[in-house]
Amino acid sequence: MAVRTKAEKILKKVVLWSGFLLVTLIILAPFAWLFISSVASQADLLAKPLKFWPEHVDFSRYARIFSGDAGDETAYTFYRAMFNSARIALTVTVISLTAGSLAAYAFTRMQGNFKDKLLYLLIYTYMLPPIAIIIPMFLIMSKLGLLDTIYSLIIVYSSFITPFVVWLMRGFLATLPVELEEAAMVDGLTRMQAFFRVILPLAVPGLVATGIFAFLMAWDEFMYALIFTSSIDAKTISVAIAEFSGKNAVDYGMIAAGGVLAALPPVILALVFQKYIISGLTSGSVKG
Amino acid sequence: MSNFNRHEKKLPVLLLLPVALVVLGVVIYPLLYTFWLSLNNVDLTHPLDKGFVGLGNYLYLVKQDYFWGAVGRTFYFTVVSLILEITAGILLALLLNSEFAGRSILRVLVILPWALPTIVNGAMWRWIFNPEYGALNALLLKLGLINTYQSWLGKPFLALNMVILADAWKVTPLVAILLLAAMQAIPKDLYEACEVDGAGKWTVFREVILPYLKPTLLVVIVLRTMEAFKVFDIIYIMTRGGPANGTQVITYYAYQEAFSFLHLSKGAALSYLISLIILVLAVVYSRLLKSEL
Repeated sequence: MAVRTKAEKILKKVVLWSGFLLVTLIILAPFAWLFISSVASQADLLAKPLKFWPEHVDFSRYARIFSGDAGDETAYTFYRAMFNSARIALTVTVISLTAGSLAAYAFTRMQGNFKDKLLYLLIYTYMLPPIAIIIPMFLIMSKLGLLDTIYSLIIVYSSFITPFVVWLMRGFLATLPVELEEAAMVDGLTRMQAFFRVILPLAVPGLVATGIFAFLMAWDEFMYALIFTSSIDAKTISVAIAEFSGKNAVDYGMIAAGGVLAALPPVILALVFQKYIISGLTSGSVKG
Repeated sequence: MSNFNRHEKKLPVLLLLPVALVVLGVVIYPLLYTFWLSLNNVDLTHPLDKGFVGLGNYLYLVKQDYFWGAVGRTFYFTVVSLILEITAGILLALLLNSEFAGRSILRVLVILPWALPTIVNGAMWRWIFNPEYGALNALLLKLGLINTYQSWLGKPFLALNMVILADAWKVTPLVAILLLAAMQAIPKDLYEACEVDGAGKWTVFREVILPYLKPTLLVVIVLRTMEAFKVFDIIYIMTRGGPANGTQVITYYAYQEAFSFLHLSKGAALSYLISLIILVLAVVYSRLLKSEL
């Protein structure tokens, strides 16, 4: 084996650690600036030259948002929009996990060509750009009187997140040994009993990972929310942020605070369930 | 026995019913409705001019310079994003795959931009690129790299490139995570064999790592092309298609036609053109996955 010289080893370390510093800086600096902007006073934010380290730290924007004071327009909109986003994302997660796991189980236990065709139909559904159906959906929702309600978003989000759940859960369920449910069925359980009592408990890690993806997708969606919702009864946090950042007199600090709050649930989920998410990402998009 | 037997014929149907309902009701019907709209003239600003126009809307669109401008910008967005994300993604994956103490910290960090909601990402970069109070101007001026504040999102072509950068910042970590998984599948003894042969770093990359990455790279390219082709959210939050239509990509154009100008049929025709391209890419994607099974 070729012997590495000391100089080469040092060079390698220098390259790796400079790469480390560069990547850390590029990733963390924008996050840091978003957070600093949310707690810096308006005067600091508009100062020239800009103060990267604010003189006056001020958490009042967060207090204003959480006070739920209806008179404070921007803060109250963020407050309500957070709850709308959470209700929508949680409901969609429950619906898509339930419908999706049942279908995924059927897919892993079915035979024949028909099942493959159906599966690809589902993938295309998931990949369909929102713009393809958003115009008629707008007309339909308007006829049903669902425009500007969270139900319109729950319905559409479920329609593209459920196929994704089927896709991911199928992968997880396929890894479970069929002997387990066969044994359960020999013991007298029906197939559905075997599914709920034997298979589902084993699939919990898969359900957790898939559920997080479903939640994140629903939390992140913007285009349908932009077009279907308009009042604080239904508006999501993304729509609220977009609306305020498009105004002429922009309260940058307040938008930053809203941004931090909108980012917190997905970022915390991603950090806590990092391993699940990485395995889900790779198995969901690269493997069949 | 693990497969459904004769007595269970109804069971798979029951299990698939909820999904089938959702897909048929919420996807197929609107999709046909969009097609119908695209063949008719439904313009909410001229509600009386209703009628069947066949391919009229499509023909009208392809005669517009405006349309080809949006198509060109969409291609530019897609190609530049891909080059940027793949190059940076490979480098980042190589770094994440190297054995050194910083690796575990980096592996946690890369998931953060991925988790950030798209709209928050766009709002954050719009604020950083702000011409008067933005952190980028202040930083570059401090470092002596610029003499005066620049209007990053104020010039059409520059704005398009800045939006691409903001988007790539969020997406590159995902590309790196996928490529890292492929790199981890490379057997260790392959590297050792290279060392015995005295192969250089570039040769190792080209001859050993790249062939292992190829299947994942193909999938990533198709997936990212699809995403880039339908880009909307980050354009909306950062530039609203401006300045001077400099960032007006095709989905934004369709959105404007349908929901700003209320030309529902032209919007529908545009969205059908977008969907056709996406469908072709989706078919390519499913073929890629199948060939790997």
